[in-house]
Amino acid sequence: MNIIIVGCGRVGETLAEKLNDDGNIVTIIDMSSTKVKNIANKFDIMGIVGNGATHMVQKEAGIDDADLLIAVTNSDELNLLCCMVAKKAGNCQTIARVKNPEYSTEAPYLKDELGLAMVINPEYAAAEEIARVLKFPSAMNIETFAKGKIELIKFKIPKNSRIVGMSVKELTTKLHCDVLVCTIERGEDAYIANGDFRFEEKDIISFVASHKNATDFFAKIDHKGNTIKNAIVVGGHVTTHYLCDIMESSGVSMKIIEKDRKICEELCTRWKNVDVINGDTADKELLIEEGIASTDAFVALSGLDEENIILSLFAQSSNVGKIITKINRIDYDNVLNRLELDTILSPKNITSDMILRYVRATQNTVGSNVETLYNVIQDEVEAAEFIVKENSPIVNIPLCELKFKPNVLVAAIIRDGVIITPRGHDTIQVGDAVVIVSKLMALHDITDILK
Amino acid sequence: MNFHIIKRTIGWLLLFEAMFFLVPIITAIVYSEREIVSFLVTMSICIALGLVCLLGKPKSEYMYAKEGLVIVSLSWIVISIFGALPFWLSGAIPSFVDALFETVSGFTTTGATIIATGAQVAALPKCMLMWRSFTHWVGGMGVLVLIMAFLPLSGARNMHIMRAESPGPTVDKLVPRVKTTAKVLYSIYLVMTLLEFIMLLCGGMSCFEALSCAFSTAGTGGFSWNAEGMGVYSSYLQVVVTVFMILFSINFNSYYLVLRGKIKDAFSTEVRAFLIITILAISAIAINIYLTSGDLYNYSIGEAIKHSAFSVGSIISTTGFTTENFDLWPAFSKAILVILMFIGACAGSTGGGIKVSRWLILGKGVIYELKMMLHPKQVRKISIDKRPVESETVRAVSSYLVAYILIYIASMLIVSLDCPDLETNFTAVAATINNVGPGLSAVGPAGSYAFFSDVSKLVFVFDMLVGRLEVFPMLLLFTPATWKKQ
Repeated sequence: MNIIIVGCGRVGETLAEKLNDDGNIVTIIDMSSTKVKNIANKFDIMGIVGNGATHMVQKEAGIDDADLLIAVTNSDELNLLCCMVAKKAGNCQTIARVKNPEYSTEAPYLKDELGLAMVINPEYAAAEEIARVLKFPSAMNIETFAKGKIELIKFKIPKNSRIVGMSVKELTTKLHCDVLVCTIERGEDAYIANGDFRFEEKDIISFVASHKNATDFFAKIDHKGNTIKNAIVVGGHVTTHYLCDIMESSGVSMKIIEKDRKICEELCTRWKNVDVINGDTADKELLIEEGIASTDAFVALSGLDEENIILSLFAQSSNVGKIITKINRIDYDNVLNRLELDTILSPKNITSDMILRYVRATQNTVGSNVETLYNVIQDEVEAAEFIVKENSPIVNIPLCELKFKPNVLVAAIIRDGVIITPRGHDTIQVGDAVVIVSKLMALHDITDILK
Repeated sequence: MNFHIIKRTIGWLLLFEAMFFLVPIITAIVYSEREIVSFLVTMSICIALGLVCLLGKPKSEYMYAKEGLVIVSLSWIVISIFGALPFWLSGAIPSFVDALFETVSGFTTTGATIIATGAQVAALPKCMLMWRSFTHWVGGMGVLVLIMAFLPLSGARNMHIMRAESPGPTVDKLVPRVKTTAKVLYSIYLVMTLLEFIMLLCGGMSCFEALSCAFSTAGTGGFSWNAEGMGVYSSYLQVVVTVFMILFSINFNSYYLVLRGKIKDAFSTEVRAFLIITILAISAIAINIYLTSGDLYNYSIGEAIKHSAFSVGSIISTTGFTTENFDLWPAFSKAILVILMFIGACAGSTGGGIKVSRWLILGKGVIYELKMMLHPKQVRKISIDKRPVESETVRAVSSYLVAYILIYIASMLIVSLDCPDLETNFTAVAATINNVGPGLSAVGPAGSYAFFSDVSKLVFVFDMLVGRLEVFPMLLLFTPATWKKQ
C-alpha cells in the first residue's frame, strides 16, 4: 500500500518503521526538516518537508496514488484538516489522531461526516487499558479478542508461586486449568511456549483464556490481590480524565495527585466522587501522607517518564499491590524490563498497534482477515486474530497434521461464540475466529503460518 | 565501522563486475579474438573473490553514513583494479599503472587515455575497446546504484550509499524506496542509451561503433574507438551525439518529472541555467572561430556552429569527444572551454565537473553576503526553485569547493615536476578532476597522457576518483579517524 504519514512525532516514527517493515511504501511529511531527514535516513521511506494539510505538499507526497493517509501531528485541528484535504484530493482512506476530549467524544460524527476511516485517541485507548488492568490486577496486561470474549493476559510469576517448576503441560494435567500459555519471557529472551517448558520465578508468561477460566486459574495458583478498592493516580492530564470517566461507576475510589491547582479544580468539579490532592507529585512526604503504603493500586500518569518510573519504584518499595506506569518513550524497553516494573503502558504503542491492525486488515485480499492485532512482546511476538473465510487451505485439517512454521502457536479458536482451547485433533472451520501467537512479524493471512 | 557489511558489499560488487565482463567476452567471441582469455581469467578471479567475501553471516546489518562513504570509495578502487587486469594480462597495455589509469578513466567517465596515438587506439582488439566504452556506461550512473536496483543490500540504509555515489550537493529519492529509485534511474538511462544506439545505427555506424559510441556518450565518458575521433562521421551522427551528450548531462530527476507529466517542474532553475550557459557558450565560440577562420582552420557559418556546439556539448557534459582539434582555436574560445570544464553538468546526471547546482548555490551565497554587508541585520535565506537551501548544504558546498581547490593545487604541484608546460599541467588536472578527458596543449585532443611519469599518472587516478565521487568519500578513506575504533 502507498501510505502517507503526516507528523513525525513518536507515533509517526513508530508507524513509519512498522509500516515500512510490513512492505508498504511510506512517505512522511513534517514541518521540521531535521526530523524528516533523521527518519528518512533511518528507514527506506520518502520524506517531505512542508505543511501536510496543504494540497501542494500532499500532491508532492503522491496523494494521487496513496491508499491511506495517517495524520498524527500534535494538533487535532491540523490532523482533521489533513484528512479532509486528502479525502478531497485523492481517493484514499484517512486516519486521524484526535486528542482533545471535546472532539473525540464526537468521533462517530467526525468519522461519518468527514469520511474518516478511523479516529484514534491515544490517551483514551491508554485509559481503557488501565481500566482493564485495574479490574483484573493479577495481570500485567490484558488484551481482548473476539469482542472481549477471550483475553490475552500477561502475568509475572511471583516468588514462591505454586507453578514454579511446573511445566506448561502440567497446568492442564495437575491443576486442571483451561488456559493456553503462549509466550514466556525470561530476562531478555522470549520463547513461544511448548508443552515441556518449565516455569521459573520472575518469568513473564502470557496466556489465552476466557475471563472465567483466567479467574479460575488465578484462584488455583493462590494469586491474591484480585480486587482493587482504591487507587492513587499521579498526574491529572487527559488520560486521567478519561480514566475517571471509565472508572466512575466501578466502585474503585480514586485519589488524584496533581501539581496544577487549576487542573485540580477542574477535576473536582467534574467528578464528585474523586479525591483531588493539590501538591507536588515528587514529594515523598505527600505520597506517604496520602497513604501510598495502604493503597491497592498506584497509577503513574504524569507527563514525565522519569518521574513515572521513579514514583513507581517508590510505590513498589512501599508494597503497593498493583502499579501501572505510563511511559512515552519506550525505546529502552530492555533496560526498563530490568527494573521489574509491574505494568508498563505506552500510548504511542497502543496507537501504532491500532493503526497497524487497521492497515493489515484492509490489506487482506482472500482467505482471512486480521481482526485484531497485539504486540505481546515489544517487537518480538505478535498475537493476531483472523477470521477464516472460505477457500483457505487450512480448513478441516486436524492441527497436528498441519505443517506450521517454527515459533507459531494457534492460541484459540472461537466457533459460534464458544471458545475452544486448541489441541492436536481440533480443526479450523470456515467462519472461525483464530488467535495466532507468533514470532513471525507481519502476518497478513492465516496461511502465512504454514510452511 | 562495520567491516562485515563493507566486505559483503565488495563481494557483491565483484560478482557484478564479473557479469560486466560478459560484454567484452561476447565481443571477443563475435570477432574471434584471443584476448578473451584475459577476460575469462579476470572474471573467474572476481567470482572466486566475490564468493569468499560473501561467506559468513553478517553479525549486524547496521550501516551509517560513514560505512556508506567508505563502501563507495573502496568499491570504486576495487572495481578499477580488477577492471584493469584484462588490459594488463593481455599485454594490450603493458604497464599496470597505465592499465589502472585507463580503467579509472573509464569508470569515472573521464575518457583521458594513456594510449599515445589514435592509430594505437584503433589497433587495440575490439573486445578491449568495448570494455573501455562499457566502463563508461557502468560508471556513469554508478555501479553501486545498479547493485542496489537488484539486491536488498542492507535494508533501509542504502540511502547513504546512493548519496555518496550520486553526484550533486543534495541527493533525493524520486520515489519512497531506494531500490525503486535506483530502478527508475537505470531504466531511464537504459532507454536513452538504446534510443541513441538506434539513431546512430540509422546514421550508418556499424553495430560495434554505435554501441561503443552510445556507451561512451551515455556515461559522458569520451573514449574513442578509432584513430580519428568523431571527426570522420557524418554531420547527422555528430548532431545526434551532440544532442545526447547534452541530454545525458541534465539531471535525471527532470526526465522522471517529464514522465510523470510535470513538464514545468522538469525545467528547474538548474536545468534552465545549464541550457542558457550551453547556448551562450556555443554562440560565443561559433562567432569567435568563424571570425578568426584562417590557415589552421576554415569554417563556414554552419560548420562553425556545428563544431562549436559539439565541442561545448562535449566539454560541459564532461564527455570529451572531439570533432576538431580545439587546441588550435583562439585563446578566447579555449578559455571558454576551460571554464566549461569547471562548471560541469547538472547534479544527478552522468556528467562530472563542479555541477551547475553548486555554482547556483555559491553564486547566491555571494549575493547573500553582499546584501548582508548593506543590511547587516537583514534576515535572508538562499532558495532555489522556491525552496530554501539549508545552511548545512550551503556549508557543505563551500567546503567542497575549498577541498577541491586544495587537491587541485597539490596535484598541479606534483605534476609540474614532470612536465614543464603550465598550460598542459593546468588543463590536465582540470580535465581529470572534472572527468572531462582531453585538456589543451600536450593533453589536447591530438595528444594523450602517455608521456607522464607513473607518479603523475597515480595523481591523475586519484583526481579522477575525487572528481567522480565528489571529493569527500575519497578524502574520508585517507582520514585516520575513519579507521579508529570508537
